[in-house]
Amino acid sequence: MKRQAILMAAAAILALPLNASAADGNRRAAILSDYAAQAQASDSGFTGFSAARGEALFRAPSGAGDPRTPSCTSCHTSDPRQPGRNAKTGRPIDAAAVSVNPMRYTEAAKVEKHFSRDCKSVLGRDCTALERGDYITFMAGQ
Amino acid sequence: MLNTKSLFAGLLLALVATESFADDDYLPPVSDPVVRTVCGECHMAFPPGFLPARSWGALMAGLNDHFGEDIRLSSDQARHIEDYLTRHASDGPKGHGLHDFMRWIAPEGTPKRITENPAFLHEHRLPDRVWRDPKVVTKSNCPACHLRAEDGWFDD
Repeated sequence: MKRQAILMAAAAILALPLNASAADGNRRAAILSDYAAQAQASDSGFTGFSAARGEALFRAPSGAGDPRTPSCTSCHTSDPRQPGRNAKTGRPIDAAAVSVNPMRYTEAAKVEKHFSRDCKSVLGRDCTALERGDYITFMAGQ
Repeated sequence: MLNTKSLFAGLLLALVATESFADDDYLPPVSDPVVRTVCGECHMAFPPGFLPARSWGALMAGLNDHFGEDIRLSSDQARHIEDYLTRHASDGPKGHGLHDFMRWIAPEGTPKRITENPAFLHEHRLPDRVWRDPKVVTKSNCPACHLRAEDGWFDD
């Protein structure tokens, strides 16, 4: 009996992070499906997001934005699993990769705030829904 | 007994003395969790007592060009943050200002950069190599050097 209780407690503890990450995953999926709907609306040929396109966007130097942030890697480093540093404020940044930081891309307002700020900074323009979805898809696999 | 008492009195005096000495090195930090999170995502959430209420109003009104950044907040969030900052501004109803800082701010002046205050500049006459440290990046990155800045302490 006692043993059973201990086992159940252990199972509950083990299940906690799993449940939390499942909920995070659901919230991320909801954000992605919003972007998918927008991408579909602006291009009927849209067939889905691509981690490879997301990675290319992440690594490509732009040259059209703020000189302090020529690419996403200016703040996030070339390894999204590593912590970064805001190239303008010096503020440390948690890793962008979902494997390291499961809370990433789970709050729609925060995701929008960051894309609107950072796309202008790096690309000198807003990101499309396709780019947003590709980026998150890349980071979700990192 | 007498010894203990006088020792205690001495300690108390030392505490009081330290407190008044450190008066200009402490400002109440942001206590509101929304302000702390939303502002603190990009930079330290600066103690609102560093600026007068009109400055915080001007900063919040110009978020589409916030030192070159386009910051989009929901109107609820923006209102909440502005309300907190203006109430806790140096001249706000709940405000604490640094005497040294505030004496430089003209009655009609609306400074936006805490780091341009002459009191700040005076306190930060440091060699270039300090500012060039890759951890520093910019003068507004208080916690790079002031390790307890997030708690309101700027004494180190």
